[in-house]
Amino acid sequence: MTVPIGAYLALGALLFVLGIAGVLLRRSALVVFMSIELMLNAVNLTFVAFARQLGRLEGQVAVFFVLVVAAVEVVVGLAIIIAIFRTRSTVDLDDVDLLRG
Amino acid sequence: MELVIFALAAVGAVAGGVGIIASRSPVRSALSLLLVLGCLAALSLLLSAQFIAALQIIIYAGAIVILFLFVVMLLHAHSGETAPNRLGWLTPAGIVLGAILLAGLLGTVRDGGGVASIGAEFGTAEAVGQTLFTTFMLPFEAASVLLLIGIIAAVIIGRPEPASPAPTGTPRQVVEPSRR
Repeated sequence: MTVPIGAYLALGALLFVLGIAGVLLRRSALVVFMSIELMLNAVNLTFVAFARQLGRLEGQVAVFFVLVVAAVEVVVGLAIIIAIFRTRSTVDLDDVDLLRG
Repeated sequence: MELVIFALAAVGAVAGGVGIIASRSPVRSALSLLLVLGCLAALSLLLSAQFIAALQIIIYAGAIVILFLFVVMLLHAHSGETAPNRLGWLTPAGIVLGAILLAGLLGTVRDGGGVASIGAEFGTAEAVGQTLFTTFMLPFEAASVLLLIGIIAAVIIGRPEPASPAPTGTPRQVVEPSRR
């Protein structure tokens, strides 16, 4: 184990912040969605790193469930994006403001 | 050797992450996501999580990224950003907030404690499956129900609109039964 666990955790933090930046900066719904996937993967890396450090498999099982939830989330989210595109002909998040007060 | 693989995978992952949020075309973003997933699978292998690495490749790279590419194809020319940004102040605010969050997160990273010694079977499909089907049996079944709900939701949301909507002036009671 030449690479310290902290290096993996730092990489996970960096990827998570990149995902946050994508959600905040981009307006294409698809890219925002990909950024959310990036955040989920950063957390997965953290889970796996801690599972390795503690020598317990529960962290890897948690990653398994994150994968399941991510798959469901992508399917439903992309269906919603396509539905929005069909009715409003845009995937720009600034244009989808029907709920604006 | 391990350090070299880690460095390569880490650089690839960060480059892919930047590529996701920086590239103009959604196809390049999706391919950057693929790069990130491949690098993270390599990192999982380094952390002796072979089963997770395989799942990462099969589910994420094999299914989710392909799904993204299909949707990009369906929306093709319209999926990029065209109109000028109405919330221009959001960009510097996002960068500053992201930097603050990164500093906060990195401040919590410590190399506390040693790394546990593990056997050769740690992280194999057999070991993870053993845990999954004993300790986590109930969450596993709940996950299958969740997947089923997701399938049903996607079918209902993705169903095309009825070809001829109810004519205007029809009493609402008549429209009700045919509502989805």
